[in-house]
Amino acid sequence: MSDTHSETVAYVRETMLPPEPPPLAESGAIKWLRENLFSGPLNIALTFVGLGIVWLVVSTVGPWLSHSVWNAGSMAECRQVIAETWGQGATGACFALIKHRWNQFMFGFYPQALYWRPVLAFGLLFLALAPVLFSESARARRIVLGLSMALTFVIAMVLGAPMAALMGMAVLMLAWAALIETRPQWSLLASLVYPFIAVWLLWGGSLWSEAMVLAGFGLGFVVWRLLAARFGLLAFALAVVAAVAWWLLLAGPLASMLAGVLPLRLRPVSSDQFGGFVLSITIGVAGIALSLPLGVILALARRSDLPVIKLLAVMFIEFIRGVPLITLLFVASLLLNYFLPPGTNFDIILRVIIMVTLFAAAYMAEVIRGGLAALPKGQYEAADALGLDYWKAQRLIVLPQALKISIPGIVSTFIGMFKDTTLVVFVGLFDPLKAMADTIRASFEWKGAYWEPYIFVGAIFFILCFGMSRYSMYLERRLKRDHR
Amino acid sequence: MVTYTGADNPPFRLSMLIYDRRYRSLTLQAIVFILVMLAASWLIDNTLRNLSAMGKTLSFDFLFRRAGYDIPQQLIPYNSDDTHLRATVIGLLNTLLVSIMGCIAATILGVIVGVLRLSSNWLIARLMTVYVEIFRNIPLLLWILVCLAIFTEVMPPPNAYRGENPAAEMILFDMIAPTNRYTAIPSIGMTNPPGTISLGREGISWALIAYVVVIAAAWTSWRLLRRWAQRVQDQTGKRPRTWWISLAMFAVPVLFLTWYFGLHLIPPVLRGFNFADGINLDNAFVVLWLALTLYTGAFIAEIVRAGILAVSRGQTEAAFALGLRPRRTMSLVVLPQALRVIVPPLISQYLNLTKNSSLAIAVGYMDLRGTLGGTTLNQTGREMECMVLMMGIYLALSLIISAGMNVFNARVKLKER
Repeated sequence: MSDTHSETVAYVRETMLPPEPPPLAESGAIKWLRENLFSGPLNIALTFVGLGIVWLVVSTVGPWLSHSVWNAGSMAECRQVIAETWGQGATGACFALIKHRWNQFMFGFYPQALYWRPVLAFGLLFLALAPVLFSESARARRIVLGLSMALTFVIAMVLGAPMAALMGMAVLMLAWAALIETRPQWSLLASLVYPFIAVWLLWGGSLWSEAMVLAGFGLGFVVWRLLAARFGLLAFALAVVAAVAWWLLLAGPLASMLAGVLPLRLRPVSSDQFGGFVLSITIGVAGIALSLPLGVILALARRSDLPVIKLLAVMFIEFIRGVPLITLLFVASLLLNYFLPPGTNFDIILRVIIMVTLFAAAYMAEVIRGGLAALPKGQYEAADALGLDYWKAQRLIVLPQALKISIPGIVSTFIGMFKDTTLVVFVGLFDPLKAMADTIRASFEWKGAYWEPYIFVGAIFFILCFGMSRYSMYLERRLKRDHR
Repeated sequence: MVTYTGADNPPFRLSMLIYDRRYRSLTLQAIVFILVMLAASWLIDNTLRNLSAMGKTLSFDFLFRRAGYDIPQQLIPYNSDDTHLRATVIGLLNTLLVSIMGCIAATILGVIVGVLRLSSNWLIARLMTVYVEIFRNIPLLLWILVCLAIFTEVMPPPNAYRGENPAAEMILFDMIAPTNRYTAIPSIGMTNPPGTISLGREGISWALIAYVVVIAAAWTSWRLLRRWAQRVQDQTGKRPRTWWISLAMFAVPVLFLTWYFGLHLIPPVLRGFNFADGINLDNAFVVLWLALTLYTGAFIAEIVRAGILAVSRGQTEAAFALGLRPRRTMSLVVLPQALRVIVPPLISQYLNLTKNSSLAIAVGYMDLRGTLGGTTLNQTGREMECMVLMMGIYLALSLIISAGMNVFNARVKLKER
């Protein structure tokens, strides 16, 4: 058999041929270009349109950006440098303005000697968020915490914080970091205390007033825990009454008494000295922190079986969602004094935070309601079958899953709210965008600077908001359990 | 013998209001209701006392007094002798104008960008991603200010268009001239105008009525035609070719009316220091419209992209397997499913755009907030009444839009059994 075969076939190759390289048009960059840019007449046309757009943008903005000046004291000096370096008639960006007005962009009219306080408050924010944000990997957590602590310390030092403040800062941060590393459960408590520390650092005054407010919460919690076993729902009402009574009757005198014994005072800073990104981030963080719990409560109320509560929630949500934020801010600045007893006058930033929180909470409630509705009915039934009561079922079974589903919506509400903090300019606060740009242009040195402040502020907002949206994508991936 | 003494129905005790689940919900609701009512009455009481302390009463009389201020852009006749009420209506119309124009333009932009972002062309897809991410992550206020700066700083003054060799050139076939004070666009003229009916001080041209009637008639007959075509298809299995009849039904009467009235565009012409003949659009409007369009367009692009991606490929393949042509696959299988995903968030974007149009405050466009919540409020000093009225109007607008959305949702909802 094999003999005949060898006779009929004249030649048999016994070694494998090495594979030929693919044709030039089917490999490497050319293949990629052909597939992604020039795969058909329409695609070719689109590519050229795209190139045209890129060329248009680069040719108009490119020279202006590349002729940028980073060291100058005024617009005139800037123009002179540009004319000297790139010839008469050249236009260029004058980013020297940002360097010149950096402190104002960041801190508004905050007293210069106290710049370390907002910096510290912002640095501590990372420590407070550690149990929530960086719990997954110990290494990432240590890197983030170490970096933020070191940066806070160095920046505060550069900004001229007094020696005592630096010492206190170092002790506080190291102790907190040690708490996070050794007793993660307890660090959650420290995170709850953080808002009070931040308020104290930002506005100054006596620490005891913040401490007394906090003590009211503590008292309420203790009352609730002690009585919950005996009185159930009634204990909650009693806890609220105890806390309110504490705030109204005891907190004020006690705070002034303790302040007399041990004065823990920082120089007070009034709200009209706030401005720039300190203002935006203060309002943004406060709004984010307050609107999520409020949104959860509103969403649960709107899905509740109790008609009165449901109706109230629907009315509140639809009203807030139906009017522009600007009108709510105007209500805060124009009308709030009418609604309160004669003679009351409270802080404008606090009013704005309340309004922004209510606004974001209504949107948040709708997002979370979507998550609650998307949860299969079986989950609710399983919780009932286990004999859990309403709050236990929500806390242990329903909300963790519903919140996970609604992460993208929650984060985009956060982003929207953070962007909306720029609207506070219309009630007379010093936001980093419009008020800042107007102030800069009104000054003699920087008359005619239109684009540079916008580019700078826009870039910072972009980084923060884009960062938030990327973080939410990471969180979604991390929490995905892939059960169908 | 043991008798069962109704444990189901124990006598009512006061503690059951708290411990019995049947009564507890009632107790809770009653308490919440009383607390809310107490809070509301406390607020109202404070308000009334504060108002009387300032010597003010709650009254909407000021709406019928002379306004005494001018409004640059007005859709219906208005001058400073008119009442505050009319100024409010002008403001509301301006809000509606910029919102509607913004919604239309943003939808067009958003659909184009959303589709192009899914394009296989790498460069275009990247460019569109950059556009969407940049506009979504930067506050709208910044875009309004940037557009304002472009229009006040970059655009030429009207007299730059003058002369043999002008410094600036009009765009779009010499039809539009953006300047640093206004944007001149062509107006519509008629050589054979049919006259107007006057309703008070406003006039409605008969031509407009004629167009509305003709288009409504064409639309009705188009529905009838489609029903007929469907019937033929059901009976014979072949769908008659109707596209040219539908096209003719719309085009022929409209073209005839246009020819009959001698409808044409009058391009703006520079006379003296300013453009005349055309319409000089207030730049505040143009800036606001542009910024709202670009900003909302980015959001709509994401919605459109998500909607297209939501229809699985199996649907298209199934339609092809059934022998549907690509166009009918698109119109009968893909679009209805994609629209179900797209429309609800799209309408909430329209709502957002309408509310965001109150940022007109940044450019001085006289919308509802500019008239009622701005000049009227400052002149009359009636903060309470003006704010309540303004919020009421915005609330009514968005409730109307949401009601429309609910009707749509109910119509396209999957009928599950």
